[in-house]
Amino acid sequence: MLNIYNILETIKMIQDECLDIRTITMGISLLDCIDTDIDRACEKVYEKIVRKAQNLVSTGKKIEKEYGIPIVNKRISVTPVSMLAAVCPNDNPVKFAKALQRAADTCGVNFIGGYSALVQKGFSAGDEALIRSIPEALDVTQNICSSVNIGSTKSGINMDAVRLMGQIVKETAERTADRDCIGAAKLVIFCNAVEDNPFMAGAFHGVGEPDCEIHVGVSGPGVVRSALAKYPDASINELADIIKKTAFKITRMGQLVGARASELLGVPFGIVDLSLAPTPAIGDSVAHIIEEMGIEMCGTHGTTACLAMLNDAVKKGGVMASSTVGGLSGAFIPVSEDAGMIDAAVAGVLSLEKLEAMTAVCSVGLDMIVVPGDIAPETISAIIADEAAIGMVNTKTTAVRLIPAVGKKEGEMLEFGGLLGSGPVMPVKGKSSAKFINRGGRIPAPMQSLKN
Amino acid sequence: MRAVVTVIGKDNVGILSKVSGICADMGVNVLEVTQSVLQDMFAMIMLVDISDMTDDFSVLADRMTNLGEKLGLSIHTMHEDIFNSMHNI
Repeated sequence: MLNIYNILETIKMIQDECLDIRTITMGISLLDCIDTDIDRACEKVYEKIVRKAQNLVSTGKKIEKEYGIPIVNKRISVTPVSMLAAVCPNDNPVKFAKALQRAADTCGVNFIGGYSALVQKGFSAGDEALIRSIPEALDVTQNICSSVNIGSTKSGINMDAVRLMGQIVKETAERTADRDCIGAAKLVIFCNAVEDNPFMAGAFHGVGEPDCEIHVGVSGPGVVRSALAKYPDASINELADIIKKTAFKITRMGQLVGARASELLGVPFGIVDLSLAPTPAIGDSVAHIIEEMGIEMCGTHGTTACLAMLNDAVKKGGVMASSTVGGLSGAFIPVSEDAGMIDAAVAGVLSLEKLEAMTAVCSVGLDMIVVPGDIAPETISAIIADEAAIGMVNTKTTAVRLIPAVGKKEGEMLEFGGLLGSGPVMPVKGKSSAKFINRGGRIPAPMQSLKN
Repeated sequence: MRAVVTVIGKDNVGILSKVSGICADMGVNVLEVTQSVLQDMFAMIMLVDISDMTDDFSVLADRMTNLGEKLGLSIHTMHEDIFNSMHNI
């Protein structure tokens, strides 16, 4: 039974509060494209992606029209490319990145994720070569995203990989210094990476997933903030209830769009990722939700508690609204992509240390943080190790996406534009972590891994 | 299959006629209309049957949006499923 109030509420959410579907992401397995001849493998990769995803963008646009809801991104995630590179040890894996870029151009998608390697316990054939090729791959392509999983609760943290990734992040930024170091914004380092994540830059298609499936990532920080604004005097548990109800509605929309996309494309429906993903647009900020709860500026004392409540309530509301929830599911806190976070970082209220604490209670991690261009690679590695330790011990996904701003110093701004936004260069500690990082080896799996 | 057309904006002559004109032209049957005029703000919600529509849904949505732009109104055309799924368990 339709009711006028509900109809107007939905339209207001879309028109005034930036409600949108952030992404429909098609996961495609490339395991059947493995070939010892790299050129033949690249051709198979191109052919399979185009065959499966040729109608993805047009189907997304059709659904946008049908339901009147914007679908901001249409994306593809693929099997970690290191598995294809493993059988071509004498070839440069960048050929795969170029094949993926060609497929992205043909299909018209915004991004393809999966130039990835999973090395939480050690490097297998193809892994190290792929990781070392990331700076070049992200330099010579535009729409390819890369991720590396360096730790997990079950395996501990591969500190050799952590050391290597510090160098790779820095080199990637340097190779794209003439384009605002954009390469580093397309590279994420995970602990406990999930295999069905629809969000970039960390999306890849896990080996346990079906051949092809559709995932949906919802958004809607603006809707949550404006729902809270209607109750200025509510207690915290009342606020939690309001967030739950709002998250339910947002997620139902994601479920509807995912089910429809799956039906139109003839591909099984994977998961809805219940994430609050901000954009730099006014009214689409997670920081502003926290401020609406009574924190003067995001990053000051009390921020972590507010974020913990928000993250939990979003999951509780969303989980009943979808048949299968997965991915990262929670609130994202990418600094450069969130108007409120940018303001708080510029004001010096939001620091790297506070962000690290916040990542212990929300989804993902240190995301889209601009650091000085002269940062030591070992310092980047140490930041990755700290963040991975939080993920490992708390049995959750954490990630690091730092952008060393080549030629820029603390306080200057790096401007990406578009959904990636802009961010101030944030200070890091001046003392060295080099000796610790250069030891190499592995942090053993914690007690939490012994559940059997 | 049903869709919801909402029209919001400043009242002027012939809104209902122009919106329902597009419906008639495309074989879309109007099932229910609710409208109110508060001061000079016009709000109309129309439930329509699109089962026998002669063209694609996107054509209907585009024609309504264009009409809205011409008249200075905000017109949304959305499949009813979005409201049903968001607001009912």
